[in-house]
Amino acid sequence: MDGIHDLGGMEGFGRVAHTPSEPVFGADWERRAVRVMLAVNMAVQAGGPAFRHSIERMDPGHYLNSSYYEHWLTGVCTLAVEGGLTSAEDLAARAGGPFPLAAAARGRAPSDGGGHRAEPRFAPGDAVRVRDLHPLGHTRAPRYVQGRRGTVTRVDGAFNFPDLEAFGERVLDPTYSVAFTSRELWGDGAEDGSTVHVDLWERYLEAGA
Amino acid sequence: MSGHAHHPEPLAPVEARVAAIESVLVEQGLFDTEALDAIVETFEHNLGPMNGARVVARAWVNPDYRRRLLEDGTAAIAELGFGGPEGDHMVVVENTPSVHNLVVCTLCSCYPWPVLGLPPAWYKSPPYRSRAVREPRTLLAEMGTVVPDDVEIHVWDSSAEVRYLVLPERPPGTENLTEDELAPLVTRDAMIGVERW
Repeated sequence: MDGIHDLGGMEGFGRVAHTPSEPVFGADWERRAVRVMLAVNMAVQAGGPAFRHSIERMDPGHYLNSSYYEHWLTGVCTLAVEGGLTSAEDLAARAGGPFPLAAAARGRAPSDGGGHRAEPRFAPGDAVRVRDLHPLGHTRAPRYVQGRRGTVTRVDGAFNFPDLEAFGERVLDPTYSVAFTSRELWGDGAEDGSTVHVDLWERYLEAGA
Repeated sequence: MSGHAHHPEPLAPVEARVAAIESVLVEQGLFDTEALDAIVETFEHNLGPMNGARVVARAWVNPDYRRRLLEDGTAAIAELGFGGPEGDHMVVVENTPSVHNLVVCTLCSCYPWPVLGLPPAWYKSPPYRSRAVREPRTLLAEMGTVVPDDVEIHVWDSSAEVRYLVLPERPPGTENLTEDELAPLVTRDAMIGVERW
């Protein structure tokens, strides 16, 4: 989904509030949110893609105004409700006030019938184009590379395709590191002298001259 | 006009929301506090940039190790005892006089936990994630790292299963230091690529 989480290239966020070092957890509730994340994901058998998608479905305003561990909390509480462990009303009652959850999933990528693919179709040096997918569901093809042309620089082996795994379907697909020139990505707004490498599943790619 | 739509009831405090889901999990026997605390304590105490610093220091003093590290990061890092979730598929990218590397995750917060620990808040923040791929040179300069114009910047967006570690250049004037003396010089920020010396 072209959600608020897909931040690559957006403008307007200002300077990075950098710290050279900091405690692992800024507050005790963050530490507790990590325990909750582990427990819920185990209980509802959510893997990385389903967990990430629960966060991507957050209200954009809430996403931008909350810290990363609050994203985790909101995502897994949504998964807990969707998995039948509790209800939105029960959580709000226990918390004593409004308890924001993520929105329902709008859909998933269709099964493409391609099944497991372990043998990579592309090799280092191949020109590829990222398909214009813009699925309503989970994807790991960032918006800023969809439709763009790049060059395969590394083949990384086959992993479950996240667009389907987020919805419980496990289909292996080869992965690649693809290099894009800054000009291909950002046109006249590009900074020269930089290359962006994005790791992509084969199902996101087509041969591109 | 009540204006209620513009002034919704404030959210329950985040601490209360954590406590709410904890109580649900405890009641259902899904919250093994001891086991969960043990995992979180590992995150807090066993993972962190001190591990990545050992890898970098070894690569600086041992050319064979450096070669193995760049060829198969996962295996070479495992030689020092580091590995596990968010570090199962490691690629190490090397800074040179003409190349600077920078690591980001534009979609979420992917980060090499075994060698760097849990990511800092700024790494997960919208400013860093949005700008690292769009204007890396400007961003780095703002963060105090001026990358000369003749140095190419390679940005690595950790969008799939690989996690990245930057191998910084060995600082000048450290030729006589041992591996153990070099490790404390290696900063987390240099291994992400937001610092260069």
